[in-house]
Amino acid sequence: MTKEDTQPRSYTAYIGKKITVILISVLFVVMMFFISVSVGAVSIPIPDIIGTIFGGAGTSLYERIIWNIRIPQALTAIVAGAGLAIAGVTMQSVLRNPLASPFTLGLSNAAAFGAAVGILLFGAGTTGSSIADAVVINNPYLTTLSAFVFSILTTVIILLIAKIRGATPETMVLAGVAISSLFTAGLMAIQYFVDDTRLASIVFWQFGDVSRASWFELGLISLIVLICAVYIFYKRWDYNAIDAGEETAKGLGVNVGRTRLIGMIAASMISAVIVSFLGIIGFVGLVCPHMMRRIVGDDHRFLIPASIVCGSLLLLVSDTVARTMIAPHVLPVAVLTSFLGAPVFIYLIIRGRRM
Amino acid sequence: MTGDHLDEELHNHPHRHGDGVIHTHPHSHKHAHEHHNGGNGTAILTVNGVDFEYRTTKVLEKIDVGVAQGEILAILGPNGVGKSTLLKCMNMILRPKTGTIMIDEHDLGKMSGSEIAKKAGYVAQRNEAARMTVFDSVLLGRKPHIGWKITEHDYQLVYDALEKFGLSEMQLRYIDEISGGELQRVCLCRAIVQEPSVLLLDEPTSALDLSRQMEILKLIRHVVDRHNCATIMTMHDLNLALRFADRFVFMKNGEIYASCDKSGVTPQIIEDVYGIKVEVILHNELPIVVPCE
Repeated sequence: MTKEDTQPRSYTAYIGKKITVILISVLFVVMMFFISVSVGAVSIPIPDIIGTIFGGAGTSLYERIIWNIRIPQALTAIVAGAGLAIAGVTMQSVLRNPLASPFTLGLSNAAAFGAAVGILLFGAGTTGSSIADAVVINNPYLTTLSAFVFSILTTVIILLIAKIRGATPETMVLAGVAISSLFTAGLMAIQYFVDDTRLASIVFWQFGDVSRASWFELGLISLIVLICAVYIFYKRWDYNAIDAGEETAKGLGVNVGRTRLIGMIAASMISAVIVSFLGIIGFVGLVCPHMMRRIVGDDHRFLIPASIVCGSLLLLVSDTVARTMIAPHVLPVAVLTSFLGAPVFIYLIIRGRRM
Repeated sequence: MTGDHLDEELHNHPHRHGDGVIHTHPHSHKHAHEHHNGGNGTAILTVNGVDFEYRTTKVLEKIDVGVAQGEILAILGPNGVGKSTLLKCMNMILRPKTGTIMIDEHDLGKMSGSEIAKKAGYVAQRNEAARMTVFDSVLLGRKPHIGWKITEHDYQLVYDALEKFGLSEMQLRYIDEISGGELQRVCLCRAIVQEPSVLLLDEPTSALDLSRQMEILKLIRHVVDRHNCATIMTMHDLNLALRFADRFVFMKNGEIYASCDKSGVTPQIIEDVYGIKVEVILHNELPIVVPCE
């Protein structure tokens, strides 16, 4: 029996529309990828990019710029945007809280504190006075590692609290708020006491920036995002069930507590790895899921892929604009995500129509 | 096992509940059979010696209940007596401290969540309406059966169920934009496509007007007769329960106070359980409970 026989045509059409939205967004990401690789201090025509990528036909200068700088940066924006958005969807679902984002549990503050500790202990800024000099961190890997350790530590603390009190949304959100303020206070204390160069490094580290990642970091981020995304997408029906009510979900055979816990671990891992390598990039994880909710609805079969694509697109566009807006100066992308995303989101709140 | 034997076994709870338990008269179950073809004899669900505690507060004590194929069992009693808790123990949403629950001769204590969900469909008292369409909300009922992909069989079941429940027309509407009665039908429909042996319904009519109450209960009766499953539901409206259920369990202080069929529902039981004086009068052969105060 074919699909047309068993399903009413209207339902097939309805599903088709959602898939179309996702596919069109994917096309936008691909287009934006080429534009992003093309623009910058050295402008590279798109045919040369395609030639370089597929045939090695470009000049050696183009080749170096494309392979060593532009492509890693564009791919990092795609992967980090996707990761933050999927972490946001997951957290909003398992915490049953529309304001949940990858940083709800205090992960960004923990990472910032960790980075500050790293800069403080392992040496950080050079003595240079310009902004560009100040960002040179002597021990970038130790700083990243320290940020990562602290964000994972936060996750572990929250999971322990959840273990004792049960993995209810209230417990996790409240624990997150408490831990968040704890690390904020710690960070303020460090900032108050360090010297100027280190202070500059600490502050600068917090501005999320996708250009920090080279191929190695990109690979690591991609691996974690991919593993977690596959898991989260596999659990899409469980998240739908939890949306229908906790008891209904249990009645449908979903182990709600365990689904919450593993969902939180996956989302936290994604957030921790991204924030440790790139700094804090807000807004994407909070708002991309909501943008897509307004277009494709709450069904996680479509919401998860749609949010992934939306996150990639937003971060890629933001990064491209950030690099070109006040060229030759380059803004960190985190400054721009909200500037670009917020108006779109407000438009969707007012005019958005669900399909 | 013959129907009569089973009925006696299900109706009588010999001496376990202490002195307060009131048993039905042996002949009374026959009366029920005249109205419905309920209870064809195969026990579907049996609850045996279930105790349940919230932390240290005892909620349920030594509960024995059973329901047979084709039967609707109503759990009655005042607020906070443990009706919903008992219902949630029946599909292990809450794990009983002691005792066993068997469905189709399988011990639920040894089964996984989705195995239980294939045997028991549960409709909660309050249902949250996400931005999901009616179709997808019902499709969610196939969750225990689906792995990575939805099959044509799943779609077919949903499509048939929607038609039977009169929901085909609104299948693409979002469930947060439909009425309470429609949402209740959607949730019931979702439980049906789980293809369960037992439906567990927590206050299925509590938020509905009179005509929707009748509509939902007729639907439940139809489903039980047609699919030869069983239904256990908690209820507050005694008259609706008397009209649609085959058997009744009255709860008091976390225990089963009485277990009977239609003719066994006496003013004394209701006064003992609810603490108010009532008369039970017959109207068109249906017992009706009228408070005297």
